[in-house]
Amino acid sequence: MNRFAYVEARLHENETFVSRDRNVKIYDGDQKTEFEEGEIVLTTHRLFWGRPGEIARAAITLCLPLSYVISLSEETASSNFFGRKTRIIMHLRPPLPDKAPGPLESSRATHIKLSGKNGMSVEFHSALRETINARIWEISLVSETIINGANTGTTSPMSDSNDRLARIQKRTGIGGIERSIEAKARETDENIALAFQDLSVLMAMAKDMVGLSKTISNKIREQKGEISDDETVRFKSYLLSLGIDDPVTRDNFSSNTAYFNSLAQQICEMLLDPIEEHGGMMSLADVYCRVNRARGLELLSPEDLLHACEQLNGPIRLRSFPSGARVLQLESHDDALIAVDTLEKVQAAESLAVEELAKQLGISLLLAKERLLVAERLGKVCRDESVEGLRFYANLLLQRAMD
Amino acid sequence: MRRRVGLGAIQQQKLAAEKYKDKGTDLQESQLEQMTKQMEVFRVKLEEFAMKHKEDIRKNSQFRKQFQEMCAAIGVDPLATGKGFWSVLGMGDFYYELGVQVVEACLAANHKTGGLMELDELRRRLIAARGQSAVHQEITNEDILMAAKKLSIFGNGFVVHKLGKGKYIVQSIPGELSMEETNILTAASNTEQGFVTQKQLMRDLGWTEYRSKQSLDKVLGEGLCWIDMQANDEPSYWFPSLFPGRTAQNSTG
Repeated sequence: MNRFAYVEARLHENETFVSRDRNVKIYDGDQKTEFEEGEIVLTTHRLFWGRPGEIARAAITLCLPLSYVISLSEETASSNFFGRKTRIIMHLRPPLPDKAPGPLESSRATHIKLSGKNGMSVEFHSALRETINARIWEISLVSETIINGANTGTTSPMSDSNDRLARIQKRTGIGGIERSIEAKARETDENIALAFQDLSVLMAMAKDMVGLSKTISNKIREQKGEISDDETVRFKSYLLSLGIDDPVTRDNFSSNTAYFNSLAQQICEMLLDPIEEHGGMMSLADVYCRVNRARGLELLSPEDLLHACEQLNGPIRLRSFPSGARVLQLESHDDALIAVDTLEKVQAAESLAVEELAKQLGISLLLAKERLLVAERLGKVCRDESVEGLRFYANLLLQRAMD
Repeated sequence: MRRRVGLGAIQQQKLAAEKYKDKGTDLQESQLEQMTKQMEVFRVKLEEFAMKHKEDIRKNSQFRKQFQEMCAAIGVDPLATGKGFWSVLGMGDFYYELGVQVVEACLAANHKTGGLMELDELRRRLIAARGQSAVHQEITNEDILMAAKKLSIFGNGFVVHKLGKGKYIVQSIPGELSMEETNILTAASNTEQGFVTQKQLMRDLGWTEYRSKQSLDKVLGEGLCWIDMQANDEPSYWFPSLFPGRTAQNSTG
């Protein structure tokens, strides 16, 4: 309520009338005020409230510049005995220091409500919403400051030198730097407090807050190296940053098959790179964690994830090991391809033991053994078991026959 | 302006420069402090909103994305379902969410643990990394075991082994993807003789006693190395494939 000022109800240049409503009362936060049963007029730049007839006479009325408005929301309340009425809630920025005097000089509330006997009309509500989204006042504000800038020479010398003094005081010296840093920090604190007072406000200010959160974490990273000493928090932050824009959800699909197919596709797109970085394989538990972090709040159950993985038939496949472990692996890890590749390795070294292959490829012993056994099964290599252990040689019997 | 000359002036300039520098570090430190404070506020607020407005955030796809971006920047967990009525029955999102966090904590530590972590340690890490509110803090070992059970449909890639009374160890990497044995091999092949000891692994690879013992036993069990108990202080593990002279023999034979 303390954002209102007493102003003559006349339109400025560039300002036009948008909409009006009658029998309107204003709430300061959730408190009723004496400003009841008035007329409200919306222009492209401001909102006026006056007693009936006052606005038409261009008398002094209450005025709220629309630039104060952060966002709108609404609430419904019961009206008399029947029906419900809608109140408009306007969330506001803190008052500017140079604001003209108004009906209330201080108020703890950061929002006002507009209400009437039968609530606010739908037309007025939608007009208000559109006007605020259009932000016409911003355009003229810019041009106004340009004009003001050009006019400084003609204003009185007293105020001019005062102005300059204030500016000098603001800018110079270490004190000036400190002051400006302090002021900026205070502003940021206020902004955060403001944004998080209510979900609708946060939604309206989301873009700024995203930027702010990134700036803060970047600055901290610059000076401390990391945003947190905790490994898990750092890893979490990393996984979350790889988010997907539109997580597939069950609600959008009529059949389970369609749902799991799209889910499978999204998982495939998302994991192709990470799996490749992990050497072509990733355990399902790992997948569960990554996919859910990328989805943010759209949690996927292990069952749904498993079903989706079973549908995978692109470059990534689900694969079960004899040990019972299940992984997603790249198609390039197909048995036939592996056998050929393994044969090449064996031929290059003349003979290979499991541990040698593991070391050469940088994979686990179990996988290395499996690769050799696959190659053996497909007739590419054959084994030599001795006291020294198990070794594999190229299968010359079949190789020669094929030549 | 007065001209400054002579040694005194130089010293004075130096002094001034130093003072500026001090002031600069001061400013930077206070700024860092400010930022840390603001980040803390952000963290608390984001956690609170994730808990209170989950459904509303999910409904608005544009905002959901922005919310996730903020969580990512600050390192806040967007998953914050409390242990409600359904979780008594082992149902609901609580255990699924905990599952995500459990795997995450294990993955983040894998470079140190090699995929094996004691349950108590895991719980400690989870509590540290989850949010500050009571909902986040109150998790028991039983909760973690229940969450791990939910992951058991993924085959035995993520398993909890019972060690003794009330002692559990969580294995987050399946044998197929575990690089432990391969790392031992590499360590052995870097020695001249081709053998390793437990102490050597702890020293060279920075492994814990438990981790090195566990891995050596595995390699031995696989029949990949021979154990020599005759050495003075501790057993040594020999790899036939790394016996000295082996490669020379091969090339001549």
